[in-house]
Amino acid sequence: MSAAAKHVDATRSTDGPVLEISHLDVTFATDGGDVPAVKDVSLQVRPGEVLAIVGESGSGKTVTARTVLGLLPETATSQGVVLVNGRDVVSVSPAELRKIRGRDVAMVFQEPSTALNPVFTVGWQIAEGLRAHSRDGHRMSRKEAREKAVEALRKVGIPDPETRVDYYPHQLSGGQKQRVVIAAALALNPGLIVADEPTTALDVTVQAEILDLLRELRDQYGTSIVLITHNMGVVADLADRVVVMYRGDVVEEAPVRTLFAEPKQDYTKDLLAAVPHLGRDSASEGATERLRQGGKVLVEARNLGISFPGRFGRAGFTAVDGVSFTISEREVFGLVGESGSGKSTIGRAIAGLNRITGGSLTVFGHEMNGFKERDFKPLRKDIGFVFQDPAASFNPHLTIGECIAEPLLIHRKPSAADARRRVGELLESVQLPSSYAGRYPHELSGGQRQRASLARSLALNPPLVIADEPTSALDVSVQAKVLELFRELQEEYGFAALFISHDLAVVDMLSHWVGVLHRGHLVEQGIGSQVMGQPSQDYTKRLIASLPVPDPDEQARRREAHRDLLQG
Amino acid sequence: MSPTEPRTPATPASLSRPRGEWLRKLPLISHLRQSVGLQRGMLAAGTIVTLAFILTAILAPVIAPFGYSQISDADGSFPAQAAPGGKHLWGTTVGGYDVFSRTLWGAQTAVTVIVVSVILSLVAGVLLGLFSGYLGGWVDRILVVIADAIYAFPSLLLAIVMSIVIGHGQSGFWSGVAACAISITVVFVPQYFRVIRAETIRLKAEPFVESAKVVGASPWRIMGRHIFSNATRTLPLIFTLNSSEAILTLAGLGFLGFGIEPTSAAEWGYDLNKAMSDVSSGIWWTGVFPGAAIVLTVLGLTLVGESMNDLNDPRLRGRKRAGKGSAKQRTAVPAGGVDSKEATA
Repeated sequence: MSAAAKHVDATRSTDGPVLEISHLDVTFATDGGDVPAVKDVSLQVRPGEVLAIVGESGSGKTVTARTVLGLLPETATSQGVVLVNGRDVVSVSPAELRKIRGRDVAMVFQEPSTALNPVFTVGWQIAEGLRAHSRDGHRMSRKEAREKAVEALRKVGIPDPETRVDYYPHQLSGGQKQRVVIAAALALNPGLIVADEPTTALDVTVQAEILDLLRELRDQYGTSIVLITHNMGVVADLADRVVVMYRGDVVEEAPVRTLFAEPKQDYTKDLLAAVPHLGRDSASEGATERLRQGGKVLVEARNLGISFPGRFGRAGFTAVDGVSFTISEREVFGLVGESGSGKSTIGRAIAGLNRITGGSLTVFGHEMNGFKERDFKPLRKDIGFVFQDPAASFNPHLTIGECIAEPLLIHRKPSAADARRRVGELLESVQLPSSYAGRYPHELSGGQRQRASLARSLALNPPLVIADEPTSALDVSVQAKVLELFRELQEEYGFAALFISHDLAVVDMLSHWVGVLHRGHLVEQGIGSQVMGQPSQDYTKRLIASLPVPDPDEQARRREAHRDLLQG
Repeated sequence: MSPTEPRTPATPASLSRPRGEWLRKLPLISHLRQSVGLQRGMLAAGTIVTLAFILTAILAPVIAPFGYSQISDADGSFPAQAAPGGKHLWGTTVGGYDVFSRTLWGAQTAVTVIVVSVILSLVAGVLLGLFSGYLGGWVDRILVVIADAIYAFPSLLLAIVMSIVIGHGQSGFWSGVAACAISITVVFVPQYFRVIRAETIRLKAEPFVESAKVVGASPWRIMGRHIFSNATRTLPLIFTLNSSEAILTLAGLGFLGFGIEPTSAAEWGYDLNKAMSDVSSGIWWTGVFPGAAIVLTVLGLTLVGESMNDLNDPRLRGRKRAGKGSAKQRTAVPAGGVDSKEATA
């Protein structure tokens, strides 16, 4: 430890900024010509500071961060100065760059399960970085590296590090894997860690743990962190200073409290306004009993069970177990849960995409246990489905118009002119110009595609729409508009909806009645605003406590208040 | 300004569709447009050689001074094994055939065999691949086993067996061509089958196929409308690579004596076979020209196929460095760009 500590002292003694970027330009060569990704960006990171770079997809935040480690692809050219501890990363030789990486600056990647090599133990992977850097001219011995790896694992709070050091990545959970990635980044005590969306791939309860860990590292070891994220809640939770980027430009730079309290630029204001905030704008605000009841019950699940067969010789996997709920006419039922909780499986079962294996599920009175495609087919016209990824849910070889017309053509067989007219109406109802019918999916933006997807699901005026994470692939400002549109359409057409999302705030905005799923069990259901406001079950409490709110002061209070709950 | 979605700036190409856009999307042409440097050179060279080969095949009756089975003209019989020069540009064979004419006519046979065999194997392979991949179950398993079994045979051996079965030793032009084409088809069907089946299985899980299912589309509609158009992307590539293999198989069959008789069509492999005994007596022209024709044609097709393979993969595709020569933009593929703002309040 002492050698490492000395090293840290040596690099920090300069007292200047750990990272200084000035007038950085990055341009990518693509098939469509040169695309500027980052334009004249300048920023500084001081020792022990957490700088958040926020922006929507394509804003250049990741490219900026990757430049710091010289990790740009071959098609990119960068100009400008990026000083890490006083050395320019842009112009330095590859050998010098390798020395800087890991020792002066390290990276934490978005997806821990792909950032770790599955055929090596985690200890080996941490040691690899250690042994790549010779100290005083000699390489670290294997034994010494292993000790260091154990120490690094202990630092990031992995229990029993002496045993875990020999684990393979698949033996660890997602949160532990991300801890290992952070441990590997910390192994050489770099003064700066670049964390590229470190919690995006993680569930909200795990996210809270990782954010806590990063905060501790900064407090205890004085590590500076550049945090790339699109999540304003994460920014409010962790950052000291914020840089807002938009289309390759820095729009605004301010300390975190100032930014959230008094954003100066219009873009920042709009961005903050678009962030869904738990407890505001709830669809069931002030409700004391379940809304929209009395109509027909469209979907009824009683003790619903869905399991997938295991491989030969292994037990099957139970995705949904003993779930009961109803969805009535005109009602929006919100289903929340973390990944693997079975929420999508339930939605897909209602649409006949998954077979149910236990209990009973009736959809428009049709029993889904013992499903036969032929019997169910006439009911398909009554169910609309909105998929998560708008880019993948359209056939790239058909125009938007053809895609939207497909349900009509299958069930109603209208004339070409009728179909065209109806497609035009549908596009206008989702606020897209009807001329978009002639375009191909790749010519639309993500938000426009998701609107078109909504239009397709509504083509036959179905009484029931299943929306499976319809906005989680979208940027926050686009998400706000799509949600608003969904709400309006639901009021206008009066369809019942099953709205599936991992985002509590989003579900609360739309749903009258909310169910919380945890590992296949429906742990709690109730009126949206009540479940979010006064959760009765421990799991729901923990889920809500883990969700960072986009307000630094409120988030700090919440963090303190929930500390016990989160650690329990 | 409201925070709109970031997207690449509008290119004029994405706003209005210029006429002839479909032309630029054709496999070879789009590849030529988006290539640079050495890749472009290889592709262009391959294209030129292949075009020359096809043109020769079409124009053989016009260019060739004599027929493929002609051994005499108004001035009497052709001399046997005459050296190149004079009336017989590339000399004559032991049987008195004109080498130049036979080499040109050979291109015609080769093209016919390629077209017939590739079309047959494409249709059979694509259909089987689609059904097998989409429907799955025991049909799929049996088809895969059969395809694997065919793989296990040396392709030339299989072709020989098939040509015996189909040809029964007779050989007219069409029966000879059909025998060769069908034997090549049998060898290639498993390749198309495998590629299309793999793509189909991948696409089956794509959300757009699921969304068609949710809408109530029948399996036939899903296969025909949604999977087929998306699964055939790699076909031009296998098509070119297989064409060169088809020529080699045809030449191999001819060389071994299972090809087409010289009286019904000219065939390079057969000519090579007959040229074998000439080599020891210093007669080079009967072997070199048909041999060179095989090499050039295969080289041309392989160059086209391999460069298309590289260009289809964005990671292997060469690009100009950013910032250099940006004045003349190469807009081969519309950059997925969207123009107007998010059309809402």
